[in-house]
Amino acid sequence: MTIPVESIENEVEEKSRSTARGREGLIFEHSKPGRKGYRLPDLDVPEMTLSDLLPGSLLRDEIADECEVSEVDVIRHFTRLSKLNASIDAALYPLGSCTMKHNPRINEEIARRPGFAFSHPLQPEHQVQGNLELLWLLEQTLKEIFGLPRVTLQPVAGAHGELTGILMVHKALAKAGNARKYILIPDSAHGTNPASANFAGYKIRELKSNSRGTLDLDLLEREVNEDVAALMITVPNTLGVFEDQIVQIADILHRKGAYLYCDGANLNAFVGVARPGDMGIDVMHSNLHKTFSTPHGGGGPGAGPVGVTQSLVPFMPTPTVAKREDGSYFLDYNHPESIGRVRAFYGNFGVLVRALTYMRSMGPSGLRRVAQLAVLNANYIRARLKGAYHLPYDAPSLHEVVFSDKRQSEKDVHTLDIAKRLMDFGFHPPTIYFPLIVAGALMIEPTESEPKEELDDFCEAMLAIARECEETPELVRSAPHTTPVRRLDEARAARSPILRWKAKK
Amino acid sequence: MDTPPMRYIPNAEQDVQEMLEVIGIDSVDRLFDTIPESVKVRGLLDIPGPWSEIEVRRGFDALARKNVTLLDAVSFLGGGVYYHYQPACIDQLLLRAEFLTAYTPYQPEVSQGTLQAIFEYQTHQCMLTGLDVANASLYDGSTAFVEGVLMAQRVAAKKKRVVVARSIHPEYRETLRTYVQNLGIEIVEVGWTADGRIDLEALKGACDNNDTFAVAVQSPNFLGVIEDYDAVGAIAGSAGALKIAVIAEATSLGVLTPPGQHDFDIAVGEGQAWGLAPSFGGPFVGFMVVKDPLKRHMPGRLVGETVDTDGRRAWVLTLATREQHIRRGKATSNICTNQALFALAANMYLSLLGKDGLREVATQCLQKASYLRKKLTEAGATLPYSGPVYNEFTIRTTRPAGEIVAELEKEGILAGIPLSRFFSDAPNDLLVAVTELHTKEHLDSYAAAVSKALGRKAS
Repeated sequence: MTIPVESIENEVEEKSRSTARGREGLIFEHSKPGRKGYRLPDLDVPEMTLSDLLPGSLLRDEIADECEVSEVDVIRHFTRLSKLNASIDAALYPLGSCTMKHNPRINEEIARRPGFAFSHPLQPEHQVQGNLELLWLLEQTLKEIFGLPRVTLQPVAGAHGELTGILMVHKALAKAGNARKYILIPDSAHGTNPASANFAGYKIRELKSNSRGTLDLDLLEREVNEDVAALMITVPNTLGVFEDQIVQIADILHRKGAYLYCDGANLNAFVGVARPGDMGIDVMHSNLHKTFSTPHGGGGPGAGPVGVTQSLVPFMPTPTVAKREDGSYFLDYNHPESIGRVRAFYGNFGVLVRALTYMRSMGPSGLRRVAQLAVLNANYIRARLKGAYHLPYDAPSLHEVVFSDKRQSEKDVHTLDIAKRLMDFGFHPPTIYFPLIVAGALMIEPTESEPKEELDDFCEAMLAIARECEETPELVRSAPHTTPVRRLDEARAARSPILRWKAKK
Repeated sequence: MDTPPMRYIPNAEQDVQEMLEVIGIDSVDRLFDTIPESVKVRGLLDIPGPWSEIEVRRGFDALARKNVTLLDAVSFLGGGVYYHYQPACIDQLLLRAEFLTAYTPYQPEVSQGTLQAIFEYQTHQCMLTGLDVANASLYDGSTAFVEGVLMAQRVAAKKKRVVVARSIHPEYRETLRTYVQNLGIEIVEVGWTADGRIDLEALKGACDNNDTFAVAVQSPNFLGVIEDYDAVGAIAGSAGALKIAVIAEATSLGVLTPPGQHDFDIAVGEGQAWGLAPSFGGPFVGFMVVKDPLKRHMPGRLVGETVDTDGRRAWVLTLATREQHIRRGKATSNICTNQALFALAANMYLSLLGKDGLREVATQCLQKASYLRKKLTEAGATLPYSGPVYNEFTIRTTRPAGEIVAELEKEGILAGIPLSRFFSDAPNDLLVAVTELHTKEHLDSYAAAVSKALGRKAS
């Protein structure tokens, strides 16, 4: 059983010897005295001695060990580093809850237009009418998509949107006389939900999901009382299952004066098909870097606009963008009950430009087709893999499907091993060990961007791995075999952290 | 327009039919049976599109053209967003799909490029600030400031007061007020004296209650004045408070002594000045660097060095038990998505400019700002604050600053930020920023235009 492993390793060793000249060092290790990667124009004003400009106590010494590299060194270095990454442009990247869809390049082009990229946030308003109009148009578009009366564009990430939304809920309830104490959150929720609710000043009560993986209405009925400010719910939930009793859920909350918050991370499942506002959702963020195609960039930047129901409008962050009768636009700071701003300036403007570009490219028919094909692709994977992998919840799912390693565990092969082995087949692994309600979860979200052939290749890889788990489990347990590095010693990294490079003295 | 656009959605009708067959249903609509009919959209949403690329360019170019850009005019705007030199290769490298279209590096074996770049970014931050541990980035300067204050409060546990200089960026302070409104944290603001630096006597008074967990100053501050870290630190230290430095103009670290050298505990700030486009206020990159003992209290991601099973050096996200996906409601922050792509851009900028370039950029900013200050005083402006400055400073004239701005706009000059936008007691004060991109000619014509504007008033 160890023979296949060794033969692969030998092959890999040989490959890496012939294609890579050892490992790419840190940029600091490329540094050599006297090298330069820049040139500035000569100083064209009369030069003063520095000590005449600033007291010596304010002047720093040279920055010890900083880089001395040429542009060639920099381009080679970062190009080589880039080759060590998996990316959506190269292959299916099926991370559940992350919506790794295609990032259209026209978005990049538009965001780089000098009119957008080289405008300053503190210019007088009449000089940035194009930007203000764009923000206004984006809000109108999101209002229609959400089915909610207003949307703030200021939050720059999903979690930032969650905090913004819950702060608005808090302020609205406080104004009504009682800010209340608890936020209810299902046990299938993203970790950001409880963290955001905590920073908004609330305690968390976790709700156990029922056997279908959805919310238990009797339980909800019992838990909602005058101490509950809101329920935070993900629609569809992190199993990809739509809460088909969403209207009743909203009703239970509203009867007790509580709000329904929707984590819109999974909007890709129903964009253009159904609207959160119509379901009774009061406040919701959308991750524009998921549903609306702005690139993830290795972890950001994103944007997390928040739509709100009428009763929360007075509490939106300032400023908002408003339109005058003469057709001009202005930043509206006149919201006396606002929670305040949640960031300097107006949000991640460049990301907002990209997202609106995408919304216009797709239009209403395109957005609906996004949801349809995203759900079709996920259900196709589900149909092809359910014979080989355990489906812990068999409720119909939308844009993602969650399997577990239950069958493979019998051979002592686990989710982590399966994920690592997928890398050898050229795929980034799915989200693993999440949601927490599934032991050994494998959460697969293909998105609408994937052609059938790619889905087939992925399914074939997953089926091959399932066979390997039976026949050559060690091959899976010791994976990956073909990646730039093998499995890492994560315990060592945390035990005695090395968090920066230091020059050898 | 009922034909949906297909260019980002590869599967055509034939694929759809084949897939439906495998699934065992006859139409895509069946897949949405769990969504109640009552909440489904009838027909289509009422939004524009679909647009072809040709129409997209047409539509968005029309919007972009309505803006006056920093390329059309000579800009002296700063206030937390600075227009600096951008090396050409950075944007080209950022567009590499392997960086642009990758996710957070949760799977290190196929994310070493991103991980190693973050480790390098962390190293640059430590070198520049003189502190020990940097995280992988935060949203921006304002939220980095907030996260710094929240972290200090976690460390201090029972104390409830944070003392912040009123000369910290007004929008950063506003963001802080928003974040802490339900957390029982008391914010006390301390003003400035005639030199534009924090009022040390008032600071002493504000800290004198055994309840202050942190003192925060921005340097250079929002008026442009460089604070006296040692004097502030002495007062904060004797009150047992952590010392937080806020840096909104990151290139200043190329020439000014860094907070770590003055025994500050936490440096937070905005990295936009490291060659990121002003982009109407974002996306940028917030940074946080702390003394080593604070590292397990930090928000956000950290990349650490380790080895793989073959003993090769490699990088991985580490100390994750601080974070929301593990600790959930008890995490050190709710942050998940950060600004990784711009941390990468900052890494590239700092590497290209390097030891000499960072100093040269900062020195040129300093020299040119000094030249312009002299020219503007000759033109009739006064300098209301006597403290030392870097590349940004306040001038005061006999006219409301808004009028000066309006008049200079006619000459193609964006004169600066009227401080009355943020401080009602400063009607005639204008905040002026200079960078290495300004030529002597720009500076001379600015001074001449100010002179003209003031002369016109006098006559």
